Amino acid sequence: MIELRDICKTFKVAKRNAGLGEAVKALFRREYSEIRALKNVSFKIDEGEMVGYIGPNGAGKSSTIKIMSGILTPDSGECVINGRVPWKERIEHVKEIGVVFGQRSQLWWDVPVVDSFELLKDIYRVDELSFRKNLNELTELLDIGEIIRTPARQLSLGQRMRCEIAASLLHNPRVLFLDEPTIGLDAVSKIAVRNFIRTINKERCTTVILTTHDMQDIEALTERILLIGKGKILLDGTLNELKKRNSTYKTLVVDYTGERIKTVSGLRVTKDLDGHVELVVDTTLLPVSQAIAIISSQVDVSDISVMGATAEEMVVSLYKEFEI
Amino acid sequence: MRLYLKYASIILRGQMQYKVSFVMSSIGQFLVAFTTFLAMYFMFNRFNSVNGFTFSEVLLCFAVTLAAFSLAECFVRGFDTFSGIISNGEFDRIMVRPRNEILQVLASRIEFTRIGRLLQAVLMLIYAVPTSQVVWSSDKIATLVLMLIGGFCVFSGLFIIYASICFFTIEGLEFMNIFTDGGREFGKYPISIYGEGVLKFLTYVVPIALFQYYPFLYLIGRTDNVVYMFLPLVGVIFLIPCLAFWEIGIRHYKSTGS
Repeated sequence: MIELRDICKTFKVAKRNAGLGEAVKALFRREYSEIRALKNVSFKIDEGEMVGYIGPNGAGKSSTIKIMSGILTPDSGECVINGRVPWKERIEHVKEIGVVFGQRSQLWWDVPVVDSFELLKDIYRVDELSFRKNLNELTELLDIGEIIRTPARQLSLGQRMRCEIAASLLHNPRVLFLDEPTIGLDAVSKIAVRNFIRTINKERCTTVILTTHDMQDIEALTERILLIGKGKILLDGTLNELKKRNSTYKTLVVDYTGERIKTVSGLRVTKDLDGHVELVVDTTLLPVSQAIAIISSQVDVSDISVMGATAEEMVVSLYKEFEI
Repeated sequence: MRLYLKYASIILRGQMQYKVSFVMSSIGQFLVAFTTFLAMYFMFNRFNSVNGFTFSEVLLCFAVTLAAFSLAECFVRGFDTFSGIISNGEFDRIMVRPRNEILQVLASRIEFTRIGRLLQAVLMLIYAVPTSQVVWSSDKIATLVLMLIGGFCVFSGLFIIYASICFFTIEGLEFMNIFTDGGREFGKYPISIYGEGVLKFLTYVVPIALFQYYPFLYLIGRTDNVVYMFLPLVGVIFLIPCLAFWEIGIRHYKSTGS
């Protein structure tokens, strides 16, 4: 379905120091530094998969998306999507993909959203019947029936984002690229967008590739994660595998009455207040159930909760692990 | 073409949202071109002729150039603001839509306010055609039409080159205006009045003289060489290297960070 092999991309970036004098100098002599945005990026994605593509800012996420959507031509390497090379057969290729850039609008600013939809229908040569059917379905799912008669510039960010997503699905693409679709959205809109993405993936079997910095997006949506850093794919696996990797430590928060808790090996106190304690359990040395048993044998527990590492923490530890 | 009209209609609807601005800029465009006309008129009031060309002849020359430029500007203006389209990332969007990029760029900026200038050019043509003392036989009319088509193509080609350069550098493109807006200004008078050097440059490098000067000579009867009549067609050929340059540019497209 989607296959990338050894994709490399280098950007030349002009450099100069600050100041007017330097700016004048730069007119005549430029110093360039090469930035290797992507180094031998390879992966494979099957039809109907939902993949989270994560990495810090500037890691190469957007570049990869742009290569896959036919915007950029890589320096070397192969990329085949639906049997086509995106930058060689651009027009045929983009008929089958939808792209949402969270930071940029694709709607015409001054006209009602539905007018933009009509124009997109003509751009993608969607026939009237399937357009109507699709539009009805999308407006219902995204709950935008009320707002599509409003000019895009008067919509809130959440409303607009829902319209953007609808706009990129009007031609029923087989692959959907979402570049930070939930950026800047409030909790309600975020959840609406996530639910919608999940529905589309299930019902239309659309392959979804999602880049985001919001780990809740990843947790809510994707099974598989690709981690990129400094232009290299560092990790390719499921969220659960990732969690296991990082779940050797669990945090216990205990409210209790009684004596202070005596620790054993594998159990460490991180916060100790009167009647409230937080402990870290190393599950390789001591199973959580045993730790709880030890604690409740010592004191009278009134409340206890167990917390694993959140996705956010996992990613931070991954970034640290790979030094990106 | 149908799609272009759809684009045009959506942009018109958008611009109509700001009615006052729309009317004011149309009037403004008209006035700008009109003052150049006045300047020329007053100059000829004093001097009668420039380099052997009479006022009505120069007026015809100017009207043709302006009409060709205005047409090109009206339809191909999208390329003029192309550096903006690239730097704000709009071009990414264009690339992910299954239509020709050039058509989309053109359609993304259709300047209806330029109609003011186009109107001016039409008025001048209407005035200049009967007063030019040209006997309007069918071959002369054909020459005039060829001049307009050739001019449209040359200016469009220049706009395309202008835009293609944006793929390599996103800054400092003002020098290209020498050829586009400069071409229009040069085109006010028959190119020969600027001297041999300029004439050669505008013949072989930037083929403005091909649709303006040479066929114009044929038009006013300074020459009987029929070849001059068809020289504007070279202006159409000029589009080919321009489009090739554009294709090279797209391969170099770097996009912007986001």
